[in-house]
Amino acid sequence: MELKDLAVALAIGLGTIGPGIGVGLIGKGAMEAIGRNPEAGNQITTTLILSIAFAEAIAIYALVIALIIKFV
Amino acid sequence: MGELHISVAPEKIAHIGGFAVTNSLLTSLIVMAILLIFALKVRNQKAKPGKKKGSLFVVTEMIVEGFYSFFKNIAGERVDELFPLLFTFFLFIIVGNWIGLLPGVGSIGFYDQGEHGKVFVPFFRGPNADLNTTLALALISVSITQYLSIKTLGIKNYIARFINLKNPIKFFVGILEIISEFAKILSFSFRLFGNIFAGEVLLAVMVFLIPVLVPVPFLALEVFVGFIQALVFTMLTTIFIVVATEGHHE
Repeated sequence: MELKDLAVALAIGLGTIGPGIGVGLIGKGAMEAIGRNPEAGNQITTTLILSIAFAEAIAIYALVIALIIKFV
Repeated sequence: MGELHISVAPEKIAHIGGFAVTNSLLTSLIVMAILLIFALKVRNQKAKPGKKKGSLFVVTEMIVEGFYSFFKNIAGERVDELFPLLFTFFLFIIVGNWIGLLPGVGSIGFYDQGEHGKVFVPFFRGPNADLNTTLALALISVSITQYLSIKTLGIKNYIARFINLKNPIKFFVGILEIISEFAKILSFSFRLFGNIFAGEVLLAVMVFLIPVLVPVPFLALEVFVGFIQALVFTMLTTIFIVVATEGHHE
């Protein structure tokens, strides 16, 4: 195994820790909000997906870096 | 047993003139054909005088109506204008994702002479497991957002969002807005590509390790992921269009 492979694994592995926690917290917040006010479920879902997408975008940057290290 | 082979780039299966036909392009053409045939078939079942609607028509109507009311929650009154585009995105992405899970896709192919000896080239590959397809979808989505923004706000207000010399804070906010427009293209394309490609790799690794029964739950997971990613892409496009066409409050 080359050192480069280790770099790829570390880049994506470490890069997904933050977004993982973030998505979890967002989900938790949305669950609590829906539990408190079930009628607002639809509106909350919209914001939920938007926020998750932004948190996920950071993991995507890590993926891009991992792919660049792997193939460039 | 052969070695596990994973390729990020789509494989070329034919050449037409100087134009290389990749397996993901072939599969996206098949997806288009499926959607077209399905649409024509459903249209034939429309209620005619003295004849009831076909069952396929009823089911399709139900699904489309469900999504219509779902998007109406997000887009409000603009839904009539946006729905054809959004639902086309949704259908293309979801059929593309699910077609990649069918048996035969990625496993039927031929051996080609590559740089390092023989390389297996599958005939089919999920369209969204290719960065070119997702980049094209992302570019369409972002361009439409810009176009609708100019159309509703006017060119002056549109530019004012990006270049604003009234005060330094707004100037920097404008720069951030420009960056975020480009980041949108990147995140749209890599989100879809990353999820679908990672799914295919996951399935390939699982089948490689334990071929019997174990991959089944992962297959179910990928069906779900395919649906969610199609929904996320469509929903984000809707939200970005709605945000970009809203007049900003000074």
